[in-house]
Amino acid sequence: MKKIRAGRVQSMAEFCSISVNGKKLQAPYGSSVAAVMVMAQEPCRFSVSGEPRAPLCGMGICMECRATVNGVPHLRTCQLACAPGMEVVTE
Amino acid sequence: MTCRYDVLVVGAGPGGIAAATAAAEAGCHVCLLDGNAAPGGQIWRGFHAETAGRTPQAKEFLKWTARLRQTQCEVRQGWQAVDAPRRGTLRLESSGSCRDVEFGKLILATGARERFLPFPGWTLPGVMGVGGLQALVKSGLNPAGKRVVLAGSGPLLLAVGASLQAAGAELMGIYEQASFASLAGLTASLFAYPSKLAEGAHYRLKTRRVAYRTHSWVVRAEGRGRVDSVTLTDGHNQWSVDCDWLGCSYHLVPNLELALLLNCRTAGAYVEVDRLQQTSVPGVFCVGELTGIGGLEKALIEGQIAGWAAAGRTREALALEPHRRRQQSFAHRLDRAFALRPELRRLPEASTLICRCEDVPYSVLERCSSWRQAKLHTRCGMGACQGRVCGPATEFLFGLRGQGWNCIGPRPPIFPAQVSTLAAPAGAEDRSVPVG
Repeated sequence: MKKIRAGRVQSMAEFCSISVNGKKLQAPYGSSVAAVMVMAQEPCRFSVSGEPRAPLCGMGICMECRATVNGVPHLRTCQLACAPGMEVVTE
Repeated sequence: MTCRYDVLVVGAGPGGIAAATAAAEAGCHVCLLDGNAAPGGQIWRGFHAETAGRTPQAKEFLKWTARLRQTQCEVRQGWQAVDAPRRGTLRLESSGSCRDVEFGKLILATGARERFLPFPGWTLPGVMGVGGLQALVKSGLNPAGKRVVLAGSGPLLLAVGASLQAAGAELMGIYEQASFASLAGLTASLFAYPSKLAEGAHYRLKTRRVAYRTHSWVVRAEGRGRVDSVTLTDGHNQWSVDCDWLGCSYHLVPNLELALLLNCRTAGAYVEVDRLQQTSVPGVFCVGELTGIGGLEKALIEGQIAGWAAAGRTREALALEPHRRRQQSFAHRLDRAFALRPELRRLPEASTLICRCEDVPYSVLERCSSWRQAKLHTRCGMGACQGRVCGPATEFLFGLRGQGWNCIGPRPPIFPAQVSTLAAPAGAEDRSVPVG
C-alpha cells in the first residue's frame, strides 16, 4: 500500500485507508479527498469532451474536483474529509 | 435550532465572525452560517487545528473565535444558502437536507474567489489557483519536493510563495503580470499602512532566493495528461520552466451571487453600501470582499460596523468610520496596482476552452454578442459552477465589446441543490411572519 504524506495535518500522524479508482491508499486523517487525489495523480472527473480534470480552486467553487464517493456522484472532494474505507471513483 | 433570528450572518470568515460577534454582544439573537466544515473562511482556513496556534494570523483567529464563543451566537457549519424563497427568508442546504431560516437583518460576508483567466493548457491537471494550491496544502496536500511555478497577479502570490516554500516546495519562480512601476507605487503608498508593508516585506524575505518577476505572465502550459512545463513571457521574450504544479490566478473577485439574488445594487465590481454597510435593500448588509477586495483588516472593521448597525447601535458603528475609510482606500490601491494588462485578452487560442464545465472553446464564444446569448447558444456558464469561473473570465475577455458581457448572477439555486430542496414547501419552520 502506498502512503501519501500529509502537509500540515501531518502532526496528527494518523492514517486511514481509502481506495481511489480501486487503488488502496493511506490518507492522513483530516486531509481532504481532493488533496489525496492530487497526490495520487488521479483525475477527479473527465469533462464532457473527455479531458481529465483535477482540483482548480480548492474552495468549493469551481466544481472541477467532483467525484463519486461511496456511490454518491458529483461530490466536491475539496470539501470532503477522508474517512476510513472511503471509495472514491473518477467520474 | 430556532428558525428565526434577529440577525443572520452568511459566511464565517473574518468579516462574518466580526459581524456575528458585534451583533451578539449587542444582545441580538444571532446565527452565523457557513458552507465549510470549520470556521475561518479562506484566509483563516485550517487555523482551527491545534497546530496552527503559533502564527500571528492564527492568534488573531483564536482571539476572535474565543470572543464569539463568549456570546450566545449559534454557529452552523456545513450549511450553504441556496435560495431566498421569500422576503426575510433564506433556504439552506446541508448534505441533502434543507431548511428555511427567517431573519430580521441579514449580513452577507460571502468573501471572494480567485479570478481565473484562460490560456492554452489551463485545464490540465496540476494547473490550479494560487490560493487553490494553498487551500489544498492546508487540507493535507504535501508540497515537499514539488517544483511549483506561481503566476498571475495580486498580493496572494508572495504570501502563498512563502508558505509553500516553508512547507518544502521547490519554487521555480513567481511571476506577476503588473508592472514594476505599478508595484513600486503601491509599495510607496503602503508606508501609510505599516502592518501591511511589514507583511509584504516578511513574505519577500522568506522567498528571497526565488525570482519574483514583475511584468511577466503565463502564455501556455503543456504536458501529457498533466502539466509538466509552463511558457512565460515579458512581452518581448518567451521562456519555459519545468514544473509539477502551476498556481495561476489573477487577484480576486467577490462572491456576489447571494447579494445579486437579493437584488442588492452594485457599483462597478462590488456591492454598493452606505456608511453602515447597508445595501440598497433595507436590512441587508454586505461586508469584506463584497464591497472591495481589501483583505483581513477591512473585513474585520466592516464586519463590526455591520454587526453594530444591524443591532441598531449606530453610534458604535459610526465610531469605526475612520478605520473603514482607511481600509477602503487600501482596497482601491490594490485594484489599481493589480489592474489586468490588455495582453492577457489575447492569450486564448481558438480551441482554448473558456467554460470548463461545458467545454466551450474561445472560437465559439467569440461569435456571441453577450453573456446571455453565450449562455443560451453555447451553454457557457450553465454548468455546475454556474459561471463562477467563466463569468469573470468572459467579462474580462469580451467586456470591452459592450455592457452585455457584464456578468449577471445565477438564478436560484445559487449552488447545485437537491430537487427536493427546490420543491420544498414552506415548512413548519415558517410559521412566523417574515420581517424585511
